[in-house]
Amino acid sequence: MNLRSIFTQLLELVLALALAPLLTGWINQCRAWLQNKSAPALWQPYRLLRKLFYKESMVADNASLLFRTTPYVVFGTMALASAIIPTVSTNLPLASAADAIALVGLFALARVFLSLAAMDIGTAFGSMGARREMLVGFLAEPALLMVFFSASLISGSTSLTTIVDTLSKQELVIYPGLAFAAVAFAIVALAENARVPVDNPSTHLELTMIHEALILEYSGRHLALIEWASSLKLMAYLCIGIALFAPWGIAAGSTPGAMLLALPVLVFKLGLGGALLALLETLSAKMRIFRVPEFLATAFLLAVIGLLVHLLLVRP
Amino acid sequence: MNSLLAQLVNLLGALLLMLAFAMISQRRIVSLVNLFTMQGATLAVATAVVGYVTRQPHLYLSAGLTLLLKAMLIPYALHRVIDRLHIRWEVETLINIPSTMLIGIGVVIFAFNLAIPISHLSSTVASGTLGIALACVLLSFLMMITRAKAVPQVIGFLAMENGLFFAATSATYGMPMVVELGIALDVLVGVLILGVFLFQIREQFDSLDIRNLEKLKED
Repeated sequence: MNLRSIFTQLLELVLALALAPLLTGWINQCRAWLQNKSAPALWQPYRLLRKLFYKESMVADNASLLFRTTPYVVFGTMALASAIIPTVSTNLPLASAADAIALVGLFALARVFLSLAAMDIGTAFGSMGARREMLVGFLAEPALLMVFFSASLISGSTSLTTIVDTLSKQELVIYPGLAFAAVAFAIVALAENARVPVDNPSTHLELTMIHEALILEYSGRHLALIEWASSLKLMAYLCIGIALFAPWGIAAGSTPGAMLLALPVLVFKLGLGGALLALLETLSAKMRIFRVPEFLATAFLLAVIGLLVHLLLVRP
Repeated sequence: MNSLLAQLVNLLGALLLMLAFAMISQRRIVSLVNLFTMQGATLAVATAVVGYVTRQPHLYLSAGLTLLLKAMLIPYALHRVIDRLHIRWEVETLINIPSTMLIGIGVVIFAFNLAIPISHLSSTVASGTLGIALACVLLSFLMMITRAKAVPQVIGFLAMENGLFFAATSATYGMPMVVELGIALDVLVGVLILGVFLFQIREQFDSLDIRNLEKLKED
């Protein structure tokens, strides 16, 4: 671990922190265009964050320490998650600390803390949202793990950097198993980031919301941190998708030239992924909460079939 | 180049399996017909690619036939039938969808295991896809078993023919032309007859539920 790899790591982290609200703004803009509305400005999420950071944080009387520390825990886990996902370069010192399984665990940690904090205040909406979030979470997690396993079967390692290295360096090979994994991953990403078929990120309608119900009690800088963390999570998911299914163009080392080349490629791919997400959201209708288990079970089964197809077709 | 094209055949086979699974998990009849159309188109592309890789021009003919029949003519006829019967959005299943999909996974594992020793014997480009073809056939079987209404059963039957066709293409580079033409004609005539049959069932029982057919005499 030399100075240059530490610099790469820092660059990647700062990039994720800075670009995440922009990505959210871009997706909102695409969605507004597709739905024939006038779009908000691209930097609207930054404005929102600044406004929230300036505002006073109100905390309920009966809130415990857990309620106050949760925003920091959630933000910290999301920042760590985006630090270990290779985006610009695969030369990441932190990546050896956590592999794909630990990454799923990190997302789970944030979810558990958010749900506990929502139940901490004792309002009806908070506990309802927490229950729903856990329902979605425990169904999405195994599917996400299976997606990771499909990719690690190819490279023989669960470390994300190794997976990306193997996938991006070899000559063009079509893996039918990964096609299944990609569809499963799209479903999981929609569910985990509270996007339209499962949850509507722009609604405050009490009976349908999941994510908004969890953070209803937060205000000021706490809310700002949580909003920032959700943007980070969305970006982390898109980056995982890029890393597993379209890893071409990523820099293998830490040479400035290669990284300078990888950066616009990443921004282009993120923009494309965001537009695709907005399109998916516009095309689908919000489903009943009781349909969500079926939706996510489909993702799990697709990922398992992907594994099976890989084992059937690619024999050593 | 050729190895990449062989992988493309594998990918198209995987796509067929994915579509078969989507058909199992689909509730609405219109979407079912659309998925069937996509399956037919995928099958035509897969056949054409196998034909190109192995330089067997007669496979182009059967690809064209597949495209014409299974991606255009039959879906058109099915759309007409469900329009006339007013069942575009009908929702029905015998077993609930998640359990059907779980059974489907078991079926896929069974089919893959069954196909591995067979595909070891075969030396064709796409021998690995035999398991996928077998899984498609069995999944269509499953769809016919778990559906109560007549139209999804017809679609299941047609999807099963798709799977068989893919098995023939991947294991032996297609059947002799005469057999293929015969089957294509059979399927077309089968659809027409089943279409007439559907109207008859509807007229007799005021419903397309085939459980009505279990009673042999009027009460």
